[in-house]
Amino acid sequence: MTVEAREARQPYLLLSPAMVAVMLLLLVPLAFIVVYSFWLRTATGADQAGFFLDNWREALSDAFYRDILLNTLKIAAITTLVCAVMGYPAAYVIARSRGNKAVLLLLLMLPFWISYIIRTMSWINILGASGAINSALMWLGITDAPIQMLYNEASVILGLVHFLLPFMILNIYVSLDGIDTTLEDAACSLGATRWRTFLEVTLPLSLPGLAAGGLLAFVLGAGTYITPIVLGGPTDAMFANLVFEAIITQLNWPLGSALSLMLLAVLGALVLLYNHFLGMGQLMKGLG
Amino acid sequence: MGWHLLRGWTVLVYLFMFLPILVVVLLSFNASQFGSFPMTGLSFRWFIELAENEAILRAFRTSIVLGLLTSVISTTIGVLASLALVRYNVPARNAISTLLIAPILVPEVVLAVALLLFLNALSVNKSFGLLLAGHVIFTLPFVILVVQARLVGIRRDVEEAAMSLGASPVQTFFQVTLPLLAPAVFAGMLFAFTISFDDITGTLFWKPGGVETVPTQIFAMLRNSISPEINALGTVMIFLTAGLPLVGIAIARRLALKRGG
Repeated sequence: MTVEAREARQPYLLLSPAMVAVMLLLLVPLAFIVVYSFWLRTATGADQAGFFLDNWREALSDAFYRDILLNTLKIAAITTLVCAVMGYPAAYVIARSRGNKAVLLLLLMLPFWISYIIRTMSWINILGASGAINSALMWLGITDAPIQMLYNEASVILGLVHFLLPFMILNIYVSLDGIDTTLEDAACSLGATRWRTFLEVTLPLSLPGLAAGGLLAFVLGAGTYITPIVLGGPTDAMFANLVFEAIITQLNWPLGSALSLMLLAVLGALVLLYNHFLGMGQLMKGLG
Repeated sequence: MGWHLLRGWTVLVYLFMFLPILVVVLLSFNASQFGSFPMTGLSFRWFIELAENEAILRAFRTSIVLGLLTSVISTTIGVLASLALVRYNVPARNAISTLLIAPILVPEVVLAVALLLFLNALSVNKSFGLLLAGHVIFTLPFVILVVQARLVGIRRDVEEAAMSLGASPVQTFFQVTLPLLAPAVFAGMLFAFTISFDDITGTLFWKPGGVETVPTQIFAMLRNSISPEINALGTVMIFLTAGLPLVGIAIARRLALKRGG
């Protein structure tokens, strides 16, 4: 074999283990659950192969699943919005600060290294019946009995915001940091107020980062089932909880496949939409 | 004026991110029976109980072995793929890149279900092997992103110089490329390990009955009520997963400084 031919083959050799892993552990399994969603769980517990529309009929027409799907999207949307409102000013301060920028950035990375389950359960110490807030209120004599603050939709959203805020701030920061500040100076010197400069120069230029952070927060938020179990009440199940129930508790794998694919379709459509308009570049910047 | 307001807001946002975590650390030293306020005194008793809890020690062993194997496999595969993407003119590079990061574009629950059902059909039941396969595919995109970012900065002419001086490609790889790659490999491994060590979403689907990792162990303990032991375990985890990377960064800085100087 010539040197050129070997050289040309090399990248494919290097790529093949990763490609094979993604094929075998992601793409083929996804195709497999598409097939599986048309199988049927029988009374004996064995799954019958075939082409049955029962699971899809149940998943798509039962109001129970539809309501929880809509509620999941609502929770994810509120979470994303709160993250954006809380995170944007913080990202702006980090991007424009001089002295302690490195410290602020390092602190921003810390939550990514602290276990999700610990960050989630940490709110029980704050909001629980004998948590920080209730203890303080009772010690101050404002209330006699603890106020119920946990195990409702609001505490689920709070937990999700706490989990996803660092993703949002980081993505907005990346795009704010990339803005050429001379553009802002130019707007100012041409007579724009600082507020107007922000609205017409800085904000539009930072929208890609805001969109990337928003996509991440929404998709990760809508796909969670741990937070509702830890911080939610019995009626606060999100769509991924239904998937977990079907697969792990009821062992109804055909229905679980159909529900998983529904979730994938909704969230995947968002990712594709994002990719179509903005491309994956910005998202990768924030992740890398 | 406006700037002060923004700074105040930022301080509040940082407090929101860190106060609950500090409370976990604080309460883990609480002498009281219950994992809550009021603090009745400082004590290490919960850490001692942790160290004597067989189930928790087992969970730590499982998590560490799983994390190490995941990081070695994932980083090996990831470094090879990154080399191809950064060093060669691969046709359809964008499509390949998107394919390789697909595991993080798919919601983790869906990835977990698909992998569980598919490998089960190949008669790979819930096992350590399934857990490892899941962690590898889930960490791979992160490794590829991090390693690629580091690789771009390594200049090719050093390798070309070695080759032109008569080194074989294999010699060049081990004596020139690999040492230069070391920080990228190290970053990839650290990243893969922390993600694997922290994962719960997929792990709950893949783990066999009776096997617990540290996060699933904490999750199972939460079913009862929050105890000082959970706070102590949380504190240990915080120091391991946040402390280790900080030490890692310090070492990397040191290495970079040495090389630079």
